[in-house]
Amino acid sequence: MELKPGSRWRGVGGAEFVVVRPPKQVESLQSGGHPVQPAAEAANPALQPEADVSDVLAVGKRYSDDASGLELLVSKAGKGTLTVDGRVMGLKETKALPASD
Amino acid sequence: MQISLLLEMAADAFPERAAVVGDEGAFSLADMHARVRAAAALFAERPADTVVFLGLNGASFPTALFASAVAGKPFAPLNYRLPDADLRKLLARTTPSVAVVDDDMLSRVESVEGVRFISRTAFEAACGDAAWRDKELSAPESDIAVLLFTSGTTGEPKAAVLRHHHLSSYVISTVDFMGADEDEGALVSVPPYHIAAISAIMTNIYGGRRIVYLPNFTPEAWVDAAVKHQISHAMVVPTMLGRILDVLDSRGIGLPHLRALSYGGGRMPQPVIERAMGLMPHVDFVNAYGLTETSSTISVLGPDDHRIAMTSSDPAVRRRLGSVGRPLPILEIEIRDAEGSVVPRGEAGEVYVRGEQIAGEYLHKKVIQDDGWFATNDAGWIDEEGFLFVEGRLDDVIVRGGENISPGEIEDVLRTHADVADVAVFGLPDDQWGERVACVVVARSENVTVDVLSAWVKTHLRSTKVPETWEFRDELPYNDLGKLLRRVLKSELSAGQGLHAA
Repeated sequence: MELKPGSRWRGVGGAEFVVVRPPKQVESLQSGGHPVQPAAEAANPALQPEADVSDVLAVGKRYSDDASGLELLVSKAGKGTLTVDGRVMGLKETKALPASD
Repeated sequence: MQISLLLEMAADAFPERAAVVGDEGAFSLADMHARVRAAAALFAERPADTVVFLGLNGASFPTALFASAVAGKPFAPLNYRLPDADLRKLLARTTPSVAVVDDDMLSRVESVEGVRFISRTAFEAACGDAAWRDKELSAPESDIAVLLFTSGTTGEPKAAVLRHHHLSSYVISTVDFMGADEDEGALVSVPPYHIAAISAIMTNIYGGRRIVYLPNFTPEAWVDAAVKHQISHAMVVPTMLGRILDVLDSRGIGLPHLRALSYGGGRMPQPVIERAMGLMPHVDFVNAYGLTETSSTISVLGPDDHRIAMTSSDPAVRRRLGSVGRPLPILEIEIRDAEGSVVPRGEAGEVYVRGEQIAGEYLHKKVIQDDGWFATNDAGWIDEEGFLFVEGRLDDVIVRGGENISPGEIEDVLRTHADVADVAVFGLPDDQWGERVACVVVARSENVTVDVLSAWVKTHLRSTKVPETWEFRDELPYNDLGKLLRRVLKSELSAGQGLHAA
């Protein structure tokens, strides 16, 4: 699937993501066990995250997948562990700088 | 990622948190988001390629920045301190454009064709107007977020291009989303046309820290605002800090709420930072180095670095108080010679930088290399522990008889002399050496002599670095961003050729 930098997506648990670094190649990006959908499209309220992949995604957190290079920023909080082609995406630590501007 | 998403995220997560305080009023994150929607609708309806902002600091400024992003148009803040003719020339380069202009500045630029003018008053009215806020919006996205005109001291100002991904990359990888405590407030006094003013909007909004705007910097107004708004964070340019300390001294007050003070945009005289640290030991000082073309900060001397350097008896550690610290972990910095080869540690050369936030681009001209490296045109070197020392613009380096001499190094030595209030060192044409070292001093005492100061330099530096031409003046020329205008002195002294040749 195509994940352009800056493109915005939503998972079934209500979380929204923005692509900050595009992947080399990815077959499927899922949240809560279901494919993510473009954020602009209407959500299907019938779908919910599967119980075993329902981690809370906090806004402002970044998730990355080393194998594909994909990096996402959570722009709206929600539930639904992020997976890329079956691999669980890892939380990326922000090394916050002392305020400089 | 569009920079407007930074505000959207913040407003969505913490709508009630205070965001911006200025002459226009105080606004929460939700207020700012609503204002931006209205302003974006206003911009989107105007057939324009660029949104121009010409005015003093205040809530209109961040509103117009984010609204430009939503409307899919680059945002270009202009320098209102330019002479009218230069200002009109710059504005003409942005057409077709829509321009938000302070009411009292309109008459200076209204004659420029191809610009839809909106007075600041009309803009503020629209920002609060429910009709504008409710307008349906669908604008194509623009890659370019900001166009910043360089100060143009070397010729025609160049328009530096900052794309959305440069700016947002810098913010999301260096700032904890909503990481600020609710009582934190940042005092912003750098003018809107400075890169630090652009980055201050984004990092403070994303970090959840209230921005308090000072429309016009005077040290008295700065101290008043810091006290009144219980300011916890601020950024100043070096020339501001000394004057702020004078006000604190004369009023006999401190700033108990201030937690962090960052500085950048020029060389900080060592005596000033030492005095500031002595006066305010509770404050975390941060020296930030960056350029417009690098989306602000690329290297930081942090609070611990300051304290360790200040209390060290090891000269190599002590001198780090004059460094710009270490590169951000998200980018690389190298020092290269004139041929482009990396020099060994400790040797001087040109500072190069590479990373996701590095734009290195002017309108119609990319200056970044294909492999991502950007030449800063700054001279510098890196010590054993990785601390970067920046010695000023490469163009300012004096080449005397084949030896490269950094003006900053000589200025630093002279500033530590008790009778020197300020000093500028630069090269003058010389028949024998190609260039010779010249120096203009602002003295604290009438008794100070060229012989005394020459001897002072000689005890600290090689004899080739002792200035050969001296002049004493009451003050030095700075631009409004606190940058020393060496070129002005250089051309004046080239014309007059040295009143006090040593």
